[in-house]
Amino acid sequence: MEAAQEVTEPLLRVAGVTKRFGGFTALDQVDLVVAPGERLGLIGPNGSGKSTLVNCIAGTLRSESGRIQFRGRDIGREPAFKRVHLGVARTFQIPRPFASMSVIDNLRIALLYGGKAKVTLDAGRATDEAMHILGQVGLAAKADTMSGGLTQVDMRKLELARAIAAKPALLISDEAMAGLSASEVDDILALLFGMKERGVAVIMIEHVMRAVMKFSERIAVLVAGRKIADGDPHAIVANPDVVSAYLGQ
Amino acid sequence: MSNRAFAAVAFASALALIAASQLVTNDYYFSAAYTVLQFVILATAWNILGGYAGYVNFGSAAFFAVGAYSSVFLYKAAHPPLIVMIVTGTLAAGLLGLAVGYLTLRMRGVFFAIATLALSVVLYTFVVNWDYVGGARGAYILQPRDLPFGLKRYIQVLYAAMVLMAAFALVVARTIETSAIGRGLAAIRDDELAAECAGVPTLRLKILAATVSGALMGMAGTTFPYYLSYVEPSAAFNLSYAVNSIAMPLIGGMMSWLGPLLGALLLGTVQQVVQVTVSSEWNLMIVGVLLVVFVTLAPNGIMGWVEAWKRRRK
Repeated sequence: MEAAQEVTEPLLRVAGVTKRFGGFTALDQVDLVVAPGERLGLIGPNGSGKSTLVNCIAGTLRSESGRIQFRGRDIGREPAFKRVHLGVARTFQIPRPFASMSVIDNLRIALLYGGKAKVTLDAGRATDEAMHILGQVGLAAKADTMSGGLTQVDMRKLELARAIAAKPALLISDEAMAGLSASEVDDILALLFGMKERGVAVIMIEHVMRAVMKFSERIAVLVAGRKIADGDPHAIVANPDVVSAYLGQ
Repeated sequence: MSNRAFAAVAFASALALIAASQLVTNDYYFSAAYTVLQFVILATAWNILGGYAGYVNFGSAAFFAVGAYSSVFLYKAAHPPLIVMIVTGTLAAGLLGLAVGYLTLRMRGVFFAIATLALSVVLYTFVVNWDYVGGARGAYILQPRDLPFGLKRYIQVLYAAMVLMAAFALVVARTIETSAIGRGLAAIRDDELAAECAGVPTLRLKILAATVSGALMGMAGTTFPYYLSYVEPSAAFNLSYAVNSIAMPLIGGMMSWLGPLLGALLLGTVQQVVQVTVSSEWNLMIVGVLLVVFVTLAPNGIMGWVEAWKRRRK
């Protein structure tokens, strides 16, 4: 495993990242590597630092120490919007739609400003692309609905759609499936599996273990701000450290 | 309508308004129109930062006064033509707007509003103690005697300048609103963090909006010294500028360029009428009453109300 990662240049390399909030250490020397197109599951109990790690990678928080490299380039000091342009997109655990805009306008913002769509899109083409993505997440029928009035479930789908619209090379899905029904989980899973064909790597943070096991090629486990395990999903769930962290001694 | 077509319509209307004013003989109407147009510019400019981006600026008076006092300064220093004063005052206020744009880096919501109000107080104190521009005593400004285009009274020149500047402000506001910048600002207004994470360069857009907004508010003040012939700090920094430039977009609607225009025409005209028929003491009272009425009955202003009505009819 280690040898294989050395050969292919990693997409994302997080090395020794530490984040403190006052006296509380949320992340303690975390290392993480993601290869292009890889599907990584990131699990851990509540408060273990998963979302903090996402915030550090996406640039909404600055880590105190450690390096974050994307495609071999240090991005640890770049503002969040620039990281989106470089190809890092994330969803929010608690949905944050642009509430005064329709669902499709939410996507247009990401299409217009996100990543490679640097050239100004004419309304028509942007609409087509936005509609295409909305169709994928199952929101096409609600394209013209005001996003502030969506249900929680639809807002989660919108979060995902907006992240996809930014045309990322690395998509970080922060609990996109919480509260979704089994068939909706399958829809989102199919969508995330589809990202592989576009060469998009996905970090999936999830408590729905069925989804994590089905989706991940590799699983990393965070407990109390430290990475305690990283490897094959089946080995991870058998790992006694992981079991005790989740279930207690 | 494309932005270029809109600009053509706006400036054609402005020229028509100027031509039509030749039929007006009573100077009072010029003076009243001047005041209303001044508020059209202030409200339109305020809305670029306050309405589009959601950053409430309570310091409109400071920007207005920077425009006015830069004209006073130039008058004392060199007596340049009016157009030079307008351009200089606009640029000076734009610089102040740039500084306010950097304020948005650390301050949001109420804190930002309070900071802009404080800015107004600081600048007021500065001007009061600046003797060259008259200090607390104020400064007398004589209107030029030679008038262009065969006009007979200087108020006509000021009126024409104000009409053109209002058209310019509306064109700028609409261009921003309909461009990618406008969409980015709307995203910032809705959720700044989510906007940043959708790739919107939030700081850059906020600075741009604050600069343009400030510059246009300053522009509205550049002709003020000639209009009054006597400028003192408490006139240039009057609270009514800050209050009106917030109230007018609120009443008209903050989502588009048309809202501040409607709000300023409505509120400005009512204030003028009441000032003549009753007393100017009533002006702030009127703003207050109208605000209460609109906040309760049409919280999204006239434009918001019209849109809701259109949706219901469908």
